Amino acid sequence: MSEQAVDPAAYPKVRTCPFAPEPEYAELRAKAPVTKVPMAGGGTAWLVTRHEHFRQVLGDPRMSSDLRHPGYPQLSPGQRAIADTMAPSMIGLDGPEHAAARRAVLGEFTVRRIEAIRPRIQQIVDDCIDEMLAAPRPVDLVRALSLPVPSLVICELLGVPYADHDFFQERSSRILRRTTSAESRGAAVEEIQAYLDGLVTAKEHEPTDDLIGRQIRKQREVGEADHDALVLMAFLLLVAGHDTSASMISLGVLALLENPDQLAEIVADPAKTLPAVEELLRYFTIIEAATSRTAVEDVEIGGVLIRAGEGVVALGSSANHDPEVFDRPDELDINRNARGHVAFGFGPHQCLGQNLARLELQIVFDTLFRRLPGLRLAVDVDDLPFKSDANIYGIYEMPVTW
Amino acid sequence: MRIEADLDRCVGAGQCVLTEPALFDQNDEDGRVVLLATEVDDGDDSAVAAVREAVHVCPSGALSLVDDR
Repeated sequence: MSEQAVDPAAYPKVRTCPFAPEPEYAELRAKAPVTKVPMAGGGTAWLVTRHEHFRQVLGDPRMSSDLRHPGYPQLSPGQRAIADTMAPSMIGLDGPEHAAARRAVLGEFTVRRIEAIRPRIQQIVDDCIDEMLAAPRPVDLVRALSLPVPSLVICELLGVPYADHDFFQERSSRILRRTTSAESRGAAVEEIQAYLDGLVTAKEHEPTDDLIGRQIRKQREVGEADHDALVLMAFLLLVAGHDTSASMISLGVLALLENPDQLAEIVADPAKTLPAVEELLRYFTIIEAATSRTAVEDVEIGGVLIRAGEGVVALGSSANHDPEVFDRPDELDINRNARGHVAFGFGPHQCLGQNLARLELQIVFDTLFRRLPGLRLAVDVDDLPFKSDANIYGIYEMPVTW
Repeated sequence: MRIEADLDRCVGAGQCVLTEPALFDQNDEDGRVVLLATEVDDGDDSAVAAVREAVHVCPSGALSLVDDR
């Protein structure tokens, strides 16, 4: 697979410390919170680093999410070419069009609907841990737990055969890696799309009782069958639904192992897992720069005029480490109230799957540390391969033992 | 104090339900907010604080707490 080097002068920056955003962001936040920078995928964009401005940018209807806009910030090479060949999924829509696409599927992701699948998630987590216990040590936590849990959950929810997980995991990881060449990324997108196109067609012939099947029935009831929109939605949910949670599982386990006092608090009182999950989401902010927009009118942010047509990158990792909002932001503190974090974004596009992610993390942390009380890293933390070059931060491999 | 919800703005993130399930719910069809109460007692500090947090974490600005006095 051909790869491209990331320009060190360009944004977003490659993380150098596994447990904190780039120190340069803190400097910008203090001195130039809204500033124009060169982008890794070419061109320039405004970089927004404060929590308050992050919320303003993402909550403003004059900021467009349309990826095909000429001014849209280019995080990776080839992003533009892919956006031009694809119809926008819901993340690329604005206003009423976006609201309609989101509301069509939102019923599947309400707090109540997600809570109803808790027993199934618990079962999946227990099965993965059973297999870990039976395997020779050390075990790669990413392969044994972090990836299979969210992958199995999203596959069952959507109605995608889990047997095909190697196929779409390899391609999603290529799409998300910033160093992937434009050609390789384009091919990965096309291959997953072709796969889902076939799957949706099969379900159109014989609708199954899963999210895709239910969407097909719902569309037929109102007489608005839209095959392509369903393929795009399935693409978005499948790609967004497993790599993100997988990263947070690995990073969360690591951070808790590195902070044994806080881990002990969770083990002693499972009610503390809920605030701990919020704090871990804030602390790592694995999607640090994917929240981009284009101004469609002149907009003033923090006293800086952003002109119509210019791109804006709202930097979540920096917003979540803003000392104006979070005291001692670079410290992990499971006892703080981190709920104002923007790890799931902000505004009308805030993550659709956030409640599923929260529940997966909560169940994994509670179950893993209870069943494997002696869990520890099998290598030095400095030897872990962190995904500092990917648009979703995480760990490629994490050997553990107990 | 009155709790108000703008259903046109609501994007069904469910953050209000996580904050205060006694006051907020979501409809099963499109996930939009359902207010289980429209009033919160001024003297009930913890309830007022919960509604304020729900207003703050709401990503779409759909919720507001209105003081009529």
